[in-house]
Amino acid sequence: MTHSAGQIFDQIRDRCGVALDRWHQANDAEIRADAALSDVRRMVAGLIENGCRLASVFAEDRTAVTEDFLIYYVFDHPADERFLVVRTVVPSHLPAFPSVAAEVPAVNWQEREIQDMFGLVADGHPNPRRVALHDNWPDVHPLRKDFPIDTVLPPFEGEQHVYRPTLGEGVFQIPVGPVHAGIIEPGHFNFAVAGEPILYLQLRMFYTHKGIEKRFEQLPVNRAVYLAESISGDSSFSHGTAFCQAIEQAAGIEIPARAKRMRTVLLELERLYNHVGDIGAIVNDVGFAVANAHAMRLREYLLAVNEELTGSRLLRGIVCPGGLRHDWNDQQAKKCRESLRQFEQDFAGLMQIVDSSDSTRDRLEHTGILHPDKARDLGIVGVGGRASGVDRDLRRDHPYAAYREASFEVPVYQEGDVLRRMRVRVDEIGQSLGIIRQMLTRLEPGLHLIAIPPLPADRVALGAVEGWRGEILHWIRTGAHSRLERGKIKDPSLSNWPALVEAVQGNIVPDFPVINKSFNLSYSGTDR
Amino acid sequence: MFHIFKKAAQTHLVTIGYPHAPAQIPESFRGAPSFDFAAWRDARPAADACPTGAIRIEESAARRRVTVDYGLCIYCGQCAEADGSSAVKITRDFELAVRERGDLIMTAEYPLELDGNQGELASVRSEHPSESETQEHLESKVQHRIQQVLGRSLAIREVDAGSCNGCEMEIGALNSPVYDLERLGIHFVASPRHADMLLVTGPVTRNMELALLKTYRATPEPKMVVAVGACGISGGIFGLNYATVGGVDAVIPVDVFIPGCPPRPHALLHGILLALGRMEKRARIGK
Repeated sequence: MTHSAGQIFDQIRDRCGVALDRWHQANDAEIRADAALSDVRRMVAGLIENGCRLASVFAEDRTAVTEDFLIYYVFDHPADERFLVVRTVVPSHLPAFPSVAAEVPAVNWQEREIQDMFGLVADGHPNPRRVALHDNWPDVHPLRKDFPIDTVLPPFEGEQHVYRPTLGEGVFQIPVGPVHAGIIEPGHFNFAVAGEPILYLQLRMFYTHKGIEKRFEQLPVNRAVYLAESISGDSSFSHGTAFCQAIEQAAGIEIPARAKRMRTVLLELERLYNHVGDIGAIVNDVGFAVANAHAMRLREYLLAVNEELTGSRLLRGIVCPGGLRHDWNDQQAKKCRESLRQFEQDFAGLMQIVDSSDSTRDRLEHTGILHPDKARDLGIVGVGGRASGVDRDLRRDHPYAAYREASFEVPVYQEGDVLRRMRVRVDEIGQSLGIIRQMLTRLEPGLHLIAIPPLPADRVALGAVEGWRGEILHWIRTGAHSRLERGKIKDPSLSNWPALVEAVQGNIVPDFPVINKSFNLSYSGTDR
Repeated sequence: MFHIFKKAAQTHLVTIGYPHAPAQIPESFRGAPSFDFAAWRDARPAADACPTGAIRIEESAARRRVTVDYGLCIYCGQCAEADGSSAVKITRDFELAVRERGDLIMTAEYPLELDGNQGELASVRSEHPSESETQEHLESKVQHRIQQVLGRSLAIREVDAGSCNGCEMEIGALNSPVYDLERLGIHFVASPRHADMLLVTGPVTRNMELALLKTYRATPEPKMVVAVGACGISGGIFGLNYATVGGVDAVIPVDVFIPGCPPRPHALLHGILLALGRMEKRARIGK
């Protein structure tokens, strides 16, 4: 594997065309800087021109302290292991910030969320309508500090969302959801179709918005870990780990080597069970029920491995700031290794079945294509990105836990269709098994947990984990008494939904489920 | 085709025997905590450690009242870890579904000693002591009618009313060959109009409130509602806030509550069968 250990940000600083003040390396993983509000558009354009990617945009209410709001722009660059976090000040008497959504579609929803939650106007946003709070909500801004979390809002009687009209002879709209036909999360899809092919798809999300970021400001840190585990149920361990990494960074501690390796094992186990489940669901959506039955059986097998190591099938209640709550004995580690050896064989048999079916390949290949240039422009991360030429993986590019010592490949395909999104998963399963084997071999005796010193107030920190879907970011500001002032969560799904909109265009409606499944985005992670 | 047959021949029977045979639950499974109220000296560490406030303490004069709500519990095991005494233990108990929300809540009262510890247990009870006979009778009549109409089959519509997707993962697993729900005549359907039962996860969000209500109205009578998971029962770790309305029963009437975070597939199966009257009613949690 190739490590991209360069430090290119310091060169880019001089080339991005605007002054970035107070530029400093906050820690090994992060550079911080300030930019003037009026420079934001040029700053974003300059950094993107120099190969950076805008990973996240979010705001913070500091009016109680400085009478200002702060907006943060998180960038990354393939040739730098650090993130660049640029901060800008929005004075409370002029509550607006320049929108960059027209140039960077990836932040479309994120900017609108800032509008909804903080009441800051995204100036020049091409579609400045509400997103997180549906149109029928009263005029409230829940993430402002003066908005109590337990506010009971009156029954909603306001406006309904207006979709882009579907006009033309023989052109119809198909509204679907929020309650879907399968056992999946709620969201609304509005298809415009001409016969079978889909002309365009409009999405309406945030049906499961449950105030998680506000809730983070209420709970003591040790309890907030459980909230982090409930951001997206299939990514409990990844979200929990990203949160704990942020806490550990704020506390200025490094967890023991054994804890790092154990976390790495569990992060890969989470990837394994989800990838196997997805492979089954993808082939099931083109009618290959036998293969799906085997995949579901294998997924169950892996959930039992999870339970054996953590007491929880979904890997909950094991990660905590400082390491892991429980250690494993040698027997558990040995059993895990043996179980996975058996799994590997069994899984190879499943893939033999899948690969020997020409009709399955026929349905998956050239279906739901996301072109590499589109994927790059939209800032698509994770599996969906890697199937479309986006060679990014935080495990390699921003190593955390014990990934620096692991040897593995990052599979990348250029074709961007459903088949390749499945292939990325198949390849990653092989890599994950390798990583787990390496970790278990090196699982030397030692501490699995160290105590966290009292958390200093007013520290900011960033935790980043490559969940099985893609890049998970947790940004925190600590408050007094081991509580958080702000907990920002960026699930990969939030910026990946536009990939689905792109990929379905021109495909037939019956292929929508398989295209959707090939991305398998988290509604709860998006909506929070 | 050859590979399919070969794989089938290599794979042995994987379907579990439960509910006809006892469930095989792994040793490591973290199930419901059990509380030995009589031996419990100090509930404060456990209450402090509980992430969802499922263990609550109220003190007045020289008395302490300890409330344990299994409908809020996320089965993390922090209480037993923090308590350290043998009064709080993590069990492998998973058959936790009940018909009454109150059956998930236990309350114990103690006189308070000078050192802040609890004296001899004064009383322990469930929030709803026991259903009256008429209620029991009514329940069995409705039950009887449902069974008459449905026979031995049941069609379920799953509704995610705001869940983190954890419950959906486990509900989805019921369709796997391991749990194979259809062997019991139970299947998931695509529309509430085809359903006898709504299996609902929560917390119910403000943005899903109306959709849940409409789904309920679209389900033909007679119908049952099963609330799944800590969040479906009580709002769970998310609690009541500006964006949620709490548990499913805040919006529609609920027949059975299945605790868990998420409930393992066995527990879901138990709850669904309890709603159907095909599972013995659980006396009370903690006994």
